Amino acid sequence: MKNFAYVRASSVKEAVQQGSNPGALFIAGGTNLVDRMKVFLDEPAQLIDITRLEMTQIEQTGAGLRIGALVSNTAVADHPDVRRNYPMLSRAILLGASQQIRNVATVGGNLLQRTRCPYYYDNAFACNKRVPGSGCAALTGINRIHALFGASDQCIAVHPSDMCVPLAALDAIVEVEGPQGKRQIPFTEFHRLPGDTPQRDSNLEPGELITAVVLPPASFAKSSVYLKLRDRASYAFALVSVAAAVEMAGNQIKTARLAMGGMAHKPWRFVEAETFLSGKSATAETFQQAAKIALQGAKPLAHNSFKVELAQRAIRRALAVSAKGGGVA
Amino acid sequence: MHPPEDGKKHRSRRNFLGQALTAAGTAIAAPSLLQQTTAAQAEKPAITPKPGEMSVTLNINGKQQALAIEPRVTLLDALRERLGLTGSKKGCDHGQCGACTVLVDGQRVYSCLALAVMQEGRQIVTVEGLAKGDILHPVQTAFIENDGFQCGYCTPGQICASVALLDEVKRGCVSAITPDLSTPPQLATLSEAEIKERLSGNLCRCSAYNGIVAAVQQATGQAPPSPAAAMLVREPEEIPV
Ligand SMILES: Cc1cc2nc3c(=O)[nH]c(=O)nc-3n(C[C@H](O)[C@H](O)[C@H](O)COP(=O)(O)OP(=O)(O)OC[C@H]3O[C@@H](n4cnc5c(N)ncnc54)[C@H](O)[C@@H]3O)c2cc1C
Ligand code: SF4
Ligand code: FES
Ligand code: FES
Repeated sequence: MKNFAYVRASSVKEAVQQGSNPGALFIAGGTNLVDRMKVFLDEPAQLIDITRLEMTQIEQTGAGLRIGALVSNTAVADHPDVRRNYPMLSRAILLGASQQIRNVATVGGNLLQRTRCPYYYDNAFACNKRVPGSGCAALTGINRIHALFGASDQCIAVHPSDMCVPLAALDAIVEVEGPQGKRQIPFTEFHRLPGDTPQRDSNLEPGELITAVVLPPASFAKSSVYLKLRDRASYAFALVSVAAAVEMAGNQIKTARLAMGGMAHKPWRFVEAETFLSGKSATAETFQQAAKIALQGAKPLAHNSFKVELAQRAIRRALAVSAKGGGVA
Repeated sequence: MHPPEDGKKHRSRRNFLGQALTAAGTAIAAPSLLQQTTAAQAEKPAITPKPGEMSVTLNINGKQQALAIEPRVTLLDALRERLGLTGSKKGCDHGQCGACTVLVDGQRVYSCLALAVMQEGRQIVTVEGLAKGDILHPVQTAFIENDGFQCGYCTPGQICASVALLDEVKRGCVSAITPDLSTPPQLATLSEAEIKERLSGNLCRCSAYNGIVAAVQQATGQAPPSPAAAMLVREPEEIPV
C-alpha cells in the first residue's frame, strides 16, 4: 500500500470540502478500500476519515426509516424495525461477508464497494474498470460470475453487494451532500450500467458524500425473503441472489417485488415480472411464468449460461417462500 | 516481544501455552465474556514522528500506547511489528481468514483491514488481553479442554471471535440462519449450526472445527459438547475399531 495523507473530518461540511481535493477519497469501514489499496487498485493521495461524523443513527422520519450512512451493516441487520418490517434487508446483510466485516462495514461503503471480477483485481490482465481503454479480459476469459443483463462490450462485471439488492426492491432513496449541496437519488438510479465508462460505478459526482439511505414505508416488505446462492454455504459472494416480497390479499397477490444480485452492473429490478404477478393467485405455475418473464432478455456469456436456469429456480423459490410469509428461503 | 508491564508477569506464547495446558481440567465459571482490563495507565510521552508519520495513541488491552506511524500501517501490523503483540496472526492480510481478529469497542473486527490511525480513542482488546493475570478467559480454557486447536495459528482469532460471539448472543443478535428474526437464540439453546454460521469468518487449515464448536458450546454453558467433538478428545483405547 502506498502512503497517503490522513485527515479526520469533524463535520459533513468539512468532509465535503476536503472531498474535492485532488486524489482524495473518503474512508468509512475501510473493508473494501484498504483491501483495494493493498493491491494498488487505489492509490489515494489523501484519505478523509468520515467515521466520526454524525451519520450513525437509524430513525423514523416522515419519509420512512432513515439509516445514517455510517451505521454498520450489523446494526442495520439487527435493528428491530428492520427485522420486523424489512426482513429481506436483514437477511441480505447477514448473508454477506462475515460478522467481523459487517461490524465495521457501513451502509455508504457497502453501496460503493466495487466488483469482485477477478480480472479487475489482477494487474496482469486488461480491465477497463481499472485502466479505462485497456480492454476487458473477462470478455474472452472465464466469465462464469459475470452479467446476464445490461453489460456492454467494455465491461461485463456484476455489482457484488447483497444489501443493495433489497434496497433496490424497496425503492430506497440515497441522500447525498456535495459541493453543490444536498440531493436525493432513487436507489435504482444510484448505480450505473457500464456503457463506455465502466470505471464509474455510480452516479455520485466527485466530492459527494452519501449521508443516509431512506426506506419508504412498505407493507409488502413484511413478507419478504432474500435467497443467496453461491459456491459455498457461507462467507462467499453470490452467484445469484434474489430479494422477493409478496403481499397477499386473500388468495390474490396484491403487490410483488423482485430484484436480483449477480445479474448486472447494478442490482437488477424485474418490473415486468412484478406487474405480471400482481392480481394473480400464488401458485407454482404463476411463479414459474414470472421467472420466465424475468429472464427473457438475459444475454448469457460463454461460461455463465447456467445462471439463467439457476436464477429462474431461485426466483420461484423466493416468491413461494415470501407468499407464505417469509423466513429462511 | 513487548516489554514487561508493571505488576504484570511477562508471558511469551510458549509460557502461555504451558500454563494453559496445566490449567486443563479446571472447572469453568459462568462465562464472563468481555473481560476488559480497565487499569488506567499513564500515557507514555509521545514519540516524534518522522516525515510521513503521525503520532497516535492507541488503547490496547487497557493500556495507552503512544506510537509514531505512517497512516498506511494497519492495526495488525502496529500490534505485531510495533508493539510486540504477536498473538494476532497475519494469515491472508485481506479480510478472508480471521486470523487477525481482535475486539474494538467490544466488537470483533479484522485488524488487517483496519488502519491503526483510525483506532484512536477506541478500546482494543487482543488475545493477550483476555486472560486476567494467570486466570484464563473461560473461552481459552474451553478451547484447551475441547482440543480446539492443532497447529494453533488460527487459534487467537478463533478465540477472540468466540468471545465476541457469546457477547452477541447475549445481546440478542440474530444470524443469517436464525429461523425467526424476532426470536434470537439464547446461549443455552445456541445450536451447532448457529455456532458454525457465526464463526464462518474464521478459517482453520487444520480443520480443528469440531473442537472449536465444542469449545463454544462449553463456553455457552451447554453440556455435553457435541458428540463429534467428544470423539476427537477420547482416549485412543476407547475408540471403537
Ligand atoms: C472477504 C470479504 C467478503 C465479503 N463478502 C461480501 C458479501 O458476501 N456481500 C457483500 O455485500 N459484501 C461483501 N463484502 C464487502 C463488504 O460488505 C464491503 O467491503 C463493505 O460493505 C464496505 O463498507 P466500508 O464501510 O468498509 O467501505 P470502505 O471500504 O470504507 O469504502 C468503500 C468505498 O466507498 C466510499 N465511501 C465509503 N463511505 C462513503 C460515504 N458515506 N460517502 C461516499 N463515499 C463513501 C469509499 O471512498 C470507498 O471508495 C466482503 C468483503 C470482504 C473483504
Ligand atoms: S468485466 Fe469489467 S471489471 Fe472485469 S475485466 Fe472486464 S472491464 Fe474489468
Ligand atoms: S489476516 Fe486478517 S482476515 Fe486474514
Ligand atoms: S489449528 Fe491450525 S489453522 Fe487452525
